[in-house]
Amino acid sequence: MAILTARNVYKNFDGTEVLKGISLDVEQGEVLTIIGPSGSGKSTLLRCITQLETIDRGEITICGEPLVKSGTSRSAVYADRAARNRIALQIGLVFQNFNLFPHFSVLRNITEAPVHVLGQKKAEAETHARKLLKKMELSDKEDAYPCQLSGGQQQRVSIARALAMNPELLFFDEPTSALDPELTGEILKVIRELAAEHMTMVVVTHEMAFARDVADKVVFMADGTIVEQGTPAQVFGNTQSERTKSFLARFNES
Amino acid sequence: MNYSVLLSQMLEASLMSLRIFFVTLLFSVPLGLLAAAGRRTKVKFIQLPVRLYILFMRGTPLMLQLLFIFYGLKPLTGIQLDRVLAAQVAFVLNYAAYFAEIFRGGIDAVPQGQYEAARVLGFTRQQTFFRIVLPQVCKMILPPMSNEVINLVKDTSLAQVIGVTELLRVTSDWVSSAVSMAPFAIAAVFYLAMNAVVTRCFTVAEKRLNYYR
Repeated sequence: MAILTARNVYKNFDGTEVLKGISLDVEQGEVLTIIGPSGSGKSTLLRCITQLETIDRGEITICGEPLVKSGTSRSAVYADRAARNRIALQIGLVFQNFNLFPHFSVLRNITEAPVHVLGQKKAEAETHARKLLKKMELSDKEDAYPCQLSGGQQQRVSIARALAMNPELLFFDEPTSALDPELTGEILKVIRELAAEHMTMVVVTHEMAFARDVADKVVFMADGTIVEQGTPAQVFGNTQSERTKSFLARFNES
Repeated sequence: MNYSVLLSQMLEASLMSLRIFFVTLLFSVPLGLLAAAGRRTKVKFIQLPVRLYILFMRGTPLMLQLLFIFYGLKPLTGIQLDRVLAAQVAFVLNYAAYFAEIFRGGIDAVPQGQYEAARVLGFTRQQTFFRIVLPQVCKMILPPMSNEVINLVKDTSLAQVIGVTELLRVTSDWVSSAVSMAPFAIAAVFYLAMNAVVTRCFTVAEKRLNYYR
Protein backbone atom coordinates (compact mmCIF):
# COMPACT_ATOMS: atom_id res chain seq x y z
CA MET A 1 0.00 0.00 0.00
CA ALA A 2 1.30 3.44 -0.89
CA ILE A 3 1.78 5.42 2.30
CA LEU A 4 2.65 8.56 0.39
CA THR A 5 1.43 9.55 -3.03
CA ALA A 6 2.33 12.79 -4.75
CA ARG A 7 0.86 13.68 -8.14
CA ASN A 8 1.93 16.58 -10.36
CA VAL A 9 3.12 18.74 -7.52
CA TYR A 10 3.96 22.30 -8.54
CA LYS A 11 5.55 24.94 -6.37
CA ASN A 12 6.95 28.35 -7.20
CA PHE A 13 8.73 30.93 -5.13
CA ASP A 14 8.05 34.44 -6.43
CA GLY A 15 7.50 33.23 -9.94
CA THR A 16 10.45 30.81 -10.02
CA GLU A 17 9.11 27.34 -10.60
CA VAL A 18 10.91 25.10 -8.08
CA LEU A 19 8.81 21.95 -8.44
CA LYS A 20 7.52 21.27 -11.92
CA GLY A 21 5.10 18.41 -11.68
CA ILE A 22 6.58 15.93 -9.23
CA SER A 23 4.90 12.53 -8.91
CA LEU A 24 6.13 9.77 -6.66
CA ASP A 25 4.93 6.94 -4.45
CA VAL A 26 6.36 5.56 -1.25
CA GLU A 27 5.19 2.11 -0.14
CA GLN A 28 4.86 0.97 3.45
CA GLY A 29 8.23 -0.15 4.82
CA GLU A 30 10.12 1.25 1.87
CA VAL A 31 13.19 3.47 1.88
CA LEU A 32 13.24 6.09 -0.84
CA THR A 33 16.34 8.18 -1.38
CA ILE A 34 16.28 11.41 -3.33
CA ILE A 35 19.49 12.56 -4.95
CA GLY A 36 20.32 15.39 -7.27
CA PRO A 37 22.24 18.66 -7.54
CA SER A 38 21.67 21.54 -5.13
CA GLY A 39 18.71 23.68 -6.10
CA SER A 40 16.95 20.80 -7.80
CA GLY A 41 13.99 21.08 -5.43
CA LYS A 42 14.67 18.03 -3.23
CA SER A 43 14.38 19.90 0.07
CA THR A 44 11.43 21.92 -1.18
CA LEU A 45 9.63 18.69 -2.01
CA LEU A 46 10.17 17.41 1.54
CA ARG A 47 9.08 20.74 2.98
CA CYS A 48 5.89 20.62 0.90
CA ILE A 49 5.05 17.10 2.04
CA THR A 50 5.76 17.97 5.68
CA GLN A 51 3.54 21.09 5.40
CA LEU A 52 6.35 23.58 5.99
CA GLU A 53 5.49 24.94 2.54
CA THR A 54 2.24 24.89 0.61
CA ILE A 55 2.06 23.73 -2.98
CA ASP A 56 0.50 25.64 -5.86
CA ARG A 57 -1.20 22.68 -7.45
CA GLY A 58 -1.11 18.92 -7.49
CA GLU A 59 -2.17 16.22 -5.07
CA ILE A 60 -0.57 14.72 -1.99
CA THR A 61 -2.07 11.79 -0.09
CA ILE A 62 -0.54 10.47 3.11
CA CYS A 63 -1.64 7.25 4.84
CA GLY A 64 -4.73 7.16 2.65
CA GLU A 65 -5.81 10.65 3.66
CA PRO A 66 -5.69 13.46 1.10
CA LEU A 67 -3.61 16.40 2.32
CA VAL A 68 -4.13 18.43 -0.81
CA LYS A 69 -6.19 17.86 -3.96
CA SER A 70 -6.37 19.58 -7.30
CA GLY A 71 -9.13 22.13 -7.37
CA THR A 72 -11.27 23.08 -10.33
CA SER A 73 -9.22 26.12 -11.30
CA ARG A 74 -5.83 24.35 -11.30
CA SER A 75 -5.08 25.60 -7.80
CA ALA A 76 -4.43 23.28 -4.87
CA VAL A 77 -7.17 22.69 -2.31
CA TYR A 78 -5.92 21.74 1.13
CA ALA A 79 -7.76 19.54 3.62
CA ASP A 80 -9.23 21.26 6.68
CA ARG A 81 -7.05 22.06 9.64
CA ALA A 82 -8.04 18.99 11.66
CA ALA A 83 -7.11 16.70 8.79
CA ARG A 84 -3.84 18.55 8.19
CA ASN A 85 -2.92 18.16 11.85
CA ARG A 86 -3.85 14.49 11.78
CA ILE A 87 -1.65 13.98 8.75
CA ALA A 88 1.21 15.99 10.28
CA LEU A 89 1.27 13.61 13.24
CA GLN A 90 1.90 10.67 10.90
CA ILE A 91 5.07 12.33 9.71
CA GLY A 92 8.47 12.93 11.25
CA LEU A 93 11.16 15.18 9.83
CA VAL A 94 14.87 15.22 10.62
CA PHE A 95 16.53 18.49 9.64
CA GLN A 96 19.92 19.15 8.16
CA ASN A 97 20.92 21.32 11.11
CA PHE A 98 19.07 19.34 13.79
CA ASN A 99 16.95 22.21 15.17
CA LEU A 100 16.99 20.79 18.67
CA PHE A 101 15.51 22.99 21.39
CA PRO A 102 18.61 24.45 23.07
CA HIS A 103 16.90 25.25 26.37
CA PHE A 104 15.70 21.68 26.94
CA SER A 105 17.76 18.73 28.09
CA VAL A 106 18.15 15.84 25.68
CA LEU A 107 15.40 13.91 27.46
CA ARG A 108 13.00 16.84 27.42
CA ASN A 109 13.72 17.50 23.75
CA ILE A 110 12.36 14.01 23.12
CA THR A 111 9.46 13.99 25.60
CA GLU A 112 8.08 17.52 25.14
CA ALA A 113 5.97 16.77 22.07
CA PRO A 114 4.68 13.33 23.15
CA VAL A 115 3.57 14.86 26.47
CA HIS A 116 2.12 18.14 25.23
CA VAL A 117 0.96 17.19 21.75
CA LEU A 118 -0.04 13.54 22.12
CA GLY A 119 -1.03 13.86 25.77
CA GLN A 120 1.18 11.00 26.98
CA LYS A 121 1.95 10.69 30.67
CA LYS A 122 5.35 12.13 31.49
CA ALA A 123 6.64 8.83 32.91
CA GLU A 124 5.44 6.92 29.88
CA ALA A 125 7.07 9.42 27.51
CA GLU A 126 10.32 9.25 29.45
CA THR A 127 10.40 5.46 29.37
CA HIS A 128 9.94 5.56 25.62
CA ALA A 129 12.54 8.33 25.28
CA ARG A 130 15.10 6.33 27.25
CA LYS A 131 14.47 3.33 25.02
CA LEU A 132 15.11 5.49 21.98
CA LEU A 133 18.22 7.02 23.53
CA LYS A 134 19.56 3.55 24.20
CA LYS A 135 18.98 2.67 20.58
CA MET A 136 20.85 5.83 19.59
CA GLU A 137 23.65 4.86 22.01
CA LEU A 138 23.10 8.07 23.97
CA SER A 139 21.83 6.65 27.26
CA ASP A 140 24.42 8.59 29.24
CA LYS A 141 23.39 11.91 27.66
CA GLU A 142 19.78 12.30 28.73
CA ASP A 143 20.56 15.18 31.09
CA ALA A 144 22.95 16.93 28.72
CA TYR A 145 21.98 20.01 26.74
CA PRO A 146 22.27 20.12 22.96
CA CYS A 147 25.20 22.55 23.08
CA GLN A 148 27.21 19.95 24.99
CA LEU A 149 26.86 17.35 22.25
CA SER A 150 28.73 16.74 19.01
CA GLY A 151 26.88 17.27 15.75
CA GLY A 152 26.44 13.55 15.30
CA GLN A 153 25.02 13.18 18.79
CA GLN A 154 22.69 16.10 18.23
CA GLN A 155 21.43 14.56 15.02
CA ARG A 156 20.80 11.25 16.79
CA VAL A 157 18.81 13.09 19.46
CA SER A 158 16.76 14.74 16.75
CA ILE A 159 16.10 11.33 15.17
CA ALA A 160 14.99 10.05 18.58
CA ARG A 161 12.80 13.14 18.96
CA ALA A 162 11.09 12.39 15.63
CA LEU A 163 10.70 8.67 16.47
CA ALA A 164 9.15 9.48 19.85
CA MET A 165 6.03 10.62 17.99
CA ASN A 166 5.69 7.14 16.43
CA PRO A 167 5.46 8.45 12.87
CA GLU A 168 4.29 6.24 10.02
CA LEU A 169 6.71 7.97 7.74
CA LEU A 170 10.05 9.59 8.50
CA PHE A 171 11.73 12.21 6.34
CA PHE A 172 15.40 13.17 6.41
CA ASP A 173 16.48 16.44 4.81
CA GLU A 174 20.20 16.02 4.11
CA PRO A 175 20.75 14.65 7.63
CA THR A 176 24.53 14.49 7.28
CA SER A 177 25.29 17.66 5.34
CA ALA A 178 26.25 19.57 8.50
CA LEU A 179 28.54 16.77 9.71
CA ASP A 180 32.12 15.73 9.05
CA PRO A 181 32.73 12.32 7.44
CA GLU A 182 33.29 10.55 10.75
CA LEU A 183 30.02 11.77 12.24
CA THR A 184 28.25 11.18 8.94
CA GLY A 185 28.98 7.48 9.37
CA GLU A 186 27.24 7.27 12.71
CA ILE A 187 24.08 8.87 11.36
CA LEU A 188 24.01 6.68 8.26
CA LYS A 189 24.38 3.66 10.53
CA VAL A 190 21.31 4.71 12.51
CA ILE A 191 19.28 5.19 9.32
CA ARG A 192 20.40 1.78 8.09
CA GLU A 193 19.24 0.22 11.36
CA LEU A 194 15.86 1.90 10.98
CA ALA A 195 15.66 0.61 7.42
CA ALA A 196 16.35 -2.90 8.69
CA GLU A 197 13.35 -2.47 11.00
CA HIS A 198 11.26 -1.52 7.96
CA MET A 199 10.69 2.06 9.00
CA THR A 200 9.22 3.88 6.01
CA MET A 201 11.67 6.64 5.15
CA VAL A 202 12.37 9.27 2.54
CA VAL A 203 15.97 10.47 2.65
CA VAL A 204 17.31 13.44 0.73
CA THR A 205 21.06 12.95 0.63
CA HIS A 206 24.31 13.74 -1.12
CA GLU A 207 25.86 10.49 0.15
CA MET A 208 25.69 8.52 -3.08
CA ALA A 209 26.98 5.21 -1.79
CA PHE A 210 24.48 5.39 1.03
CA ALA A 211 21.66 6.38 -1.33
CA ARG A 212 22.45 3.33 -3.41
CA ASP A 213 22.90 0.83 -0.58
CA VAL A 214 20.05 1.69 1.74
CA ALA A 215 17.34 2.46 -0.79
CA ASP A 216 14.57 0.34 -2.18
CA LYS A 217 13.95 3.09 -4.66
CA VAL A 218 16.06 6.02 -5.82
CA VAL A 219 14.78 9.26 -7.27
CA PHE A 220 17.08 11.58 -9.19
CA MET A 221 15.84 15.16 -9.30
CA ALA A 222 17.15 18.08 -11.35
CA ASP A 223 15.63 21.50 -12.08
CA GLY A 224 12.42 20.75 -10.25
CA THR A 225 11.60 17.54 -12.08
CA ILE A 226 12.18 13.87 -11.47
CA VAL A 227 14.61 12.93 -14.19
CA GLU A 228 14.88 9.29 -13.32
CA GLN A 229 13.58 6.90 -10.71
CA GLY A 230 13.81 3.20 -10.06
CA THR A 231 15.66 0.62 -8.03
CA PRO A 232 19.24 1.49 -7.09
CA ALA A 233 20.39 -1.06 -9.66
CA GLN A 234 18.45 0.74 -12.38
CA VAL A 235 19.41 4.28 -11.47
CA PHE A 236 23.04 3.63 -10.59
CA GLY A 237 23.76 0.58 -12.73
CA ASN A 238 21.68 1.14 -15.83
CA THR A 239 21.38 4.91 -15.96
CA GLN A 240 19.09 6.07 -18.77
CA SER A 241 19.19 9.86 -18.84
CA GLU A 242 22.22 11.94 -19.81
CA ARG A 243 21.50 14.37 -16.96
CA THR A 244 21.69 11.58 -14.38
CA LYS A 245 24.80 10.15 -16.03
CA SER A 246 26.67 13.44 -15.86
CA PHE A 247 25.66 13.94 -12.21
CA LEU A 248 26.73 10.44 -11.22
CA ALA A 249 29.92 10.68 -13.27
CA ARG A 250 31.11 13.58 -11.14
CA PHE A 251 30.35 11.54 -8.06
CA ASN A 252 32.18 8.49 -9.39
CA GLU A 253 35.30 10.57 -10.08
CA SER A 254 35.67 11.63 -6.47
CA MET B 1 21.12 70.53 58.52
CA ASN B 2 19.37 67.78 60.45
CA TYR B 3 20.64 64.60 58.89
CA SER B 4 18.15 62.25 60.47
CA VAL B 5 15.24 64.30 59.11
CA LEU B 6 16.99 64.57 55.73
CA LEU B 7 17.54 60.83 55.54
CA SER B 8 14.04 59.91 56.62
CA GLN B 9 12.56 62.28 54.03
CA MET B 10 14.86 60.96 51.35
CA LEU B 11 13.93 57.40 52.25
CA GLU B 12 10.28 58.25 52.06
CA ALA B 13 10.79 59.89 48.67
CA SER B 14 12.71 56.80 47.53
CA LEU B 15 9.60 54.78 48.19
CA MET B 16 7.79 56.92 45.65
CA SER B 17 10.62 56.40 43.17
CA LEU B 18 10.48 52.66 43.80
CA ARG B 19 6.73 52.67 43.41
CA ILE B 20 7.00 54.29 40.00
CA PHE B 21 9.75 51.82 39.16
CA PHE B 22 7.82 48.67 40.09
CA VAL B 23 4.47 49.75 38.69
CA THR B 24 6.17 50.65 35.42
CA LEU B 25 7.89 47.27 35.20
CA LEU B 26 4.73 45.40 36.12
CA PHE B 27 2.64 46.97 33.35
CA SER B 28 5.15 47.88 30.67
CA VAL B 29 6.53 44.35 30.26
CA PRO B 30 3.20 42.74 29.28
CA LEU B 31 2.21 45.83 27.30
CA GLY B 32 5.58 45.71 25.54
CA LEU B 33 5.04 42.05 24.69
CA LEU B 34 1.67 42.95 23.21
CA ALA B 35 3.17 45.82 21.25
CA ALA B 36 5.93 43.53 19.99
CA ALA B 37 3.27 41.14 18.74
CA GLY B 38 1.44 44.05 17.11
CA ARG B 39 4.65 45.25 15.53
CA ARG B 40 5.34 41.78 14.11
CA THR B 41 1.88 41.04 12.73
CA LYS B 42 1.33 41.31 9.01
CA VAL B 43 -2.11 42.85 9.62
CA LYS B 44 -1.51 46.42 8.49
CA PHE B 45 -4.24 48.13 10.51
CA ILE B 46 -2.70 46.74 13.69
CA GLN B 47 0.94 47.10 12.72
CA LEU B 48 0.72 50.71 11.58
CA PRO B 49 -0.76 52.20 14.78
CA VAL B 50 1.72 50.19 16.85
CA ARG B 51 4.60 51.54 14.76
CA LEU B 52 3.32 55.09 15.23
CA TYR B 53 2.97 54.53 18.95
CA ILE B 54 6.54 53.26 19.22
CA LEU B 55 7.80 56.14 17.06
CA PHE B 56 6.11 58.72 19.28
CA MET B 57 7.20 57.17 22.56
CA ARG B 58 10.80 56.75 21.51
CA GLY B 59 10.94 59.88 19.41
CA THR B 60 9.81 62.43 22.00
CA PRO B 61 11.29 63.19 25.42
CA LEU B 62 9.85 61.29 28.35
CA MET B 63 9.68 64.61 30.17
CA LEU B 64 7.44 66.02 27.44
CA GLN B 65 5.21 62.95 27.68
CA LEU B 66 4.91 63.44 31.44
CA LEU B 67 3.96 67.09 30.99
CA PHE B 68 1.51 66.26 28.24
CA ILE B 69 -0.30 63.54 30.15
CA PHE B 70 -0.57 65.66 33.29
CA TYR B 71 -1.33 69.08 31.80
CA GLY B 72 -2.33 68.39 28.21
CA LEU B 73 -4.91 65.66 28.60
CA LYS B 74 -7.54 67.86 30.26
CA PRO B 75 -8.00 70.38 27.42
CA LEU B 76 -8.19 67.53 24.92
CA THR B 77 -10.33 64.97 26.72
CA GLY B 78 -11.49 66.54 29.94
CA ILE B 79 -9.66 63.87 31.93
CA GLN B 80 -7.41 65.08 34.74
CA LEU B 81 -5.14 62.41 36.19
CA ASP B 82 -3.54 62.99 39.57
CA ARG B 83 0.21 63.56 39.56
CA VAL B 84 1.32 60.07 40.49
CA LEU B 85 -1.12 58.32 38.18
CA ALA B 86 -0.14 60.63 35.30
CA ALA B 87 3.52 59.83 35.95
CA GLN B 88 2.83 56.13 35.95
CA VAL B 89 0.80 56.23 32.76
CA ALA B 90 3.60 58.13 31.02
CA PHE B 91 6.30 55.77 32.29
CA VAL B 92 4.37 52.62 31.36
CA LEU B 93 3.59 53.88 27.84
CA ASN B 94 7.15 55.06 27.30
CA TYR B 95 8.92 51.98 28.61
CA ALA B 96 6.53 49.56 26.92
CA ALA B 97 7.63 51.05 23.59
CA TYR B 98 11.30 50.42 24.33
CA PHE B 99 10.56 46.94 25.68
CA ALA B 100 8.49 46.17 22.58
CA GLU B 101 11.50 46.79 20.36
CA ILE B 102 13.73 44.67 22.59
CA PHE B 103 11.20 41.83 22.60
CA ARG B 104 10.75 42.09 18.86
CA GLY B 105 14.49 41.81 18.34
CA GLY B 106 14.59 38.80 20.65
CA ILE B 107 11.71 37.04 18.94
CA ASP B 108 13.20 37.69 15.50
CA ALA B 109 16.51 36.26 16.69
CA VAL B 110 15.03 32.83 17.41
CA PRO B 111 16.02 30.78 14.36
CA GLN B 112 13.30 29.83 11.88
CA GLY B 113 14.33 26.21 12.39
CA GLN B 114 12.95 26.28 15.93
CA TYR B 115 9.51 27.18 14.61
CA GLU B 116 9.77 24.53 11.91
CA ALA B 117 10.83 21.81 14.33
CA ALA B 118 7.96 22.74 16.65
CA ARG B 119 5.51 22.74 13.78
CA VAL B 120 6.58 19.35 12.47
CA LEU B 121 6.24 17.94 16.00
CA GLY B 122 2.65 19.17 16.10
CA PHE B 123 2.90 21.97 18.66
CA THR B 124 0.19 24.61 18.39
CA ARG B 125 1.21 28.22 17.81
CA GLN B 126 0.63 29.07 21.47
CA GLN B 127 2.64 26.08 22.66
CA THR B 128 5.42 26.98 20.25
CA PHE B 129 5.55 30.54 21.53
CA PHE B 130 5.36 29.83 25.25
CA ARG B 131 7.37 26.59 25.39
CA ILE B 132 9.95 27.01 22.64
CA VAL B 133 10.32 30.66 21.66
CA LEU B 134 9.74 32.73 24.80
CA PRO B 135 12.30 30.94 27.01
CA GLN B 136 14.94 31.53 24.35
CA VAL B 137 13.88 35.15 23.95
CA CYS B 138 14.22 35.71 27.71
CA LYS B 139 17.82 34.65 27.61
CA MET B 140 18.68 36.80 24.61
CA ILE B 141 17.05 40.00 25.85
CA LEU B 142 18.60 40.03 29.33
CA PRO B 143 21.51 42.36 28.45
CA PRO B 144 19.42 45.02 26.65
CA MET B 145 16.72 44.69 29.32
CA SER B 146 19.19 45.35 32.10
CA ASN B 147 20.16 48.57 30.31
CA GLU B 148 16.57 49.73 30.15
CA VAL B 149 15.75 48.76 33.71
CA ILE B 150 18.77 50.66 35.00
CA ASN B 151 17.62 53.64 32.94
CA LEU B 152 14.20 53.33 34.49
CA VAL B 153 15.61 53.62 38.01
CA LYS B 154 17.23 56.91 37.06
CA ASP B 155 14.34 58.15 34.91
CA THR B 156 11.96 58.02 37.88
CA SER B 157 13.56 61.33 38.84
CA LEU B 158 11.81 62.94 35.86
CA ALA B 159 8.47 62.57 37.61
CA GLN B 160 9.31 65.72 39.58
CA VAL B 161 8.46 67.89 36.55
CA ILE B 162 4.79 67.26 37.27
CA GLY B 163 5.25 67.70 40.99
CA VAL B 164 5.68 64.13 42.16
CA THR B 165 7.76 64.13 45.32
CA GLU B 166 10.26 61.51 44.39
CA LEU B 167 13.84 61.17 45.55
CA LEU B 168 15.58 63.82 43.46
CA ARG B 169 12.84 66.40 44.05
CA VAL B 170 13.17 66.11 47.81
CA THR B 171 16.94 66.17 47.46
CA SER B 172 16.94 69.38 45.41
CA ASP B 173 14.64 71.04 47.92
CA TRP B 174 17.10 70.22 50.66
CA VAL B 175 20.03 71.45 48.62
CA SER B 176 18.45 74.86 48.08
CA SER B 177 17.14 75.31 51.59
CA ALA B 178 20.25 74.04 53.40
CA VAL B 179 22.70 75.49 50.85
CA SER B 180 24.68 72.26 50.91
CA MET B 181 25.71 69.81 48.24
CA ALA B 182 25.64 66.87 50.66
CA PRO B 183 22.05 65.79 49.80
CA PHE B 184 23.12 65.36 46.15
CA ALA B 185 25.91 63.02 47.21
CA ILE B 186 23.50 61.05 49.35
CA ALA B 187 20.97 60.82 46.49
CA ALA B 188 23.73 59.50 44.24
CA VAL B 189 24.39 56.76 46.77
CA PHE B 190 20.66 55.94 46.88
CA TYR B 191 20.40 55.58 43.11
CA LEU B 192 23.63 53.64 43.01
CA ALA B 193 22.36 51.24 45.67
CA MET B 194 19.11 50.64 43.78
CA ASN B 195 20.99 49.97 40.57
CA ALA B 196 23.44 47.69 42.32
CA VAL B 197 20.45 45.53 43.26
CA VAL B 198 19.10 45.67 39.69
CA THR B 199 22.49 44.73 38.27
CA ARG B 200 22.80 41.89 40.73
CA CYS B 201 19.39 40.52 39.77
CA PHE B 202 20.30 40.52 36.09
CA THR B 203 23.66 38.89 36.76
CA VAL B 204 21.95 36.11 38.68
CA ALA B 205 19.34 35.68 35.94
CA GLU B 206 22.03 35.53 33.27
CA LYS B 207 23.95 32.93 35.25
CA ARG B 208 20.85 30.83 35.74
CA LEU B 209 20.14 30.84 32.02
CA ASN B 210 23.74 30.12 31.20
CA TYR B 211 23.19 26.36 31.16
CA TYR B 212 22.53 26.42 27.42
CA ARG B 213 23.68 28.35 24.40
